[in-house]
Amino acid sequence: MKVDVVRNILEANDAVAAELNADLTERGILSLNLMSSPGSGKTTLLERTLTDLKNEFSMAVIEGDCQTENDARRVAATGARAVQINTAGGCHLDSAMVRDAAASMGLDGIDILVVENVGNLVCPAEFSVGEDYKVTILSVTEGDDKPEKYPFIFAESKVMILNKVDLLPYVNFSVERASAFARSVNKDIEIFTLSATTGQGMDAWYDWLRRERAKKQK
Amino acid sequence: MHELSIAESLIKIIREEMAKHGLTKLLNVKIVYGQISAIVPEALETAFEVLTVNTPFEGAKVECEVKPMTVRCRQCGEEFSPSHEERMIMPCPKCATEFGHEIISGRELYIENIEAE
Repeated sequence: MKVDVVRNILEANDAVAAELNADLTERGILSLNLMSSPGSGKTTLLERTLTDLKNEFSMAVIEGDCQTENDARRVAATGARAVQINTAGGCHLDSAMVRDAAASMGLDGIDILVVENVGNLVCPAEFSVGEDYKVTILSVTEGDDKPEKYPFIFAESKVMILNKVDLLPYVNFSVERASAFARSVNKDIEIFTLSATTGQGMDAWYDWLRRERAKKQK
Repeated sequence: MHELSIAESLIKIIREEMAKHGLTKLLNVKIVYGQISAIVPEALETAFEVLTVNTPFEGAKVECEVKPMTVRCRQCGEEFSPSHEERMIMPCPKCATEFGHEIISGRELYIENIEAE
């Protein structure tokens, strides 16, 4: 016999994510799911952000990687609370991993929680981890056609950060082209062009964080 | 790679539905996925096959149907499906606006039905 089912295949992940987001919202925490390909500067952006906003917010980071605790160590060196999840080859984090990591790290007194996903422009976009917003970094050395090649992640993101803009004179990358492609799949995407290494353009990103965190405060 | 996690979730849902209807042997499962979702149907079929060896689901067919992307023009509201070649720069057939349309479908991922006995 044929049985009509019509159920979202990722409903179990989505249910845990919704529960976690409700808990974070209850605590007034702004939560971000930071995604990009490997080497685009996720950890460098975090180090700079955590250092510059140290006196304004209490921030925590959940680091996802296939192996090593290098990133959690780098982030913890800024004074932020950090915990590492090793996926042992897994290509993305899911909501249960993040929920358990958040519980082991503790969320008391935290203003902003950042989940640094496994470096990958494909799978992480499918799995919500309880975040308010997805933030995707694209660095100018990767090529301006990435939003065209990986539309889903940019369609799902609230923010696109174009990183390493200090290298623009040396690479063939059009900020306009990358932005137009991203907007073609996501008309409301916010775009910040910055360099986490030199600090150029970071202020607009910080203002966005301040604004969004203020919205979560009761 | 993430098709493995998707297949695991899929099997869990099928198990629940079969128990609900008192069914024991799975013949076919139909999945619908959006054109821009990050799903590779061949990888999903292989993952399902690997995970169901020596289970009551072994040998069941996985049928994947792709749902094309449709968008609504931000300028005039016209709904249309961009052809594959013009997927990213997608001029509205009515008013030629190129960017910033709202995606109405094409991101789905759900199980539509199962056939079992």
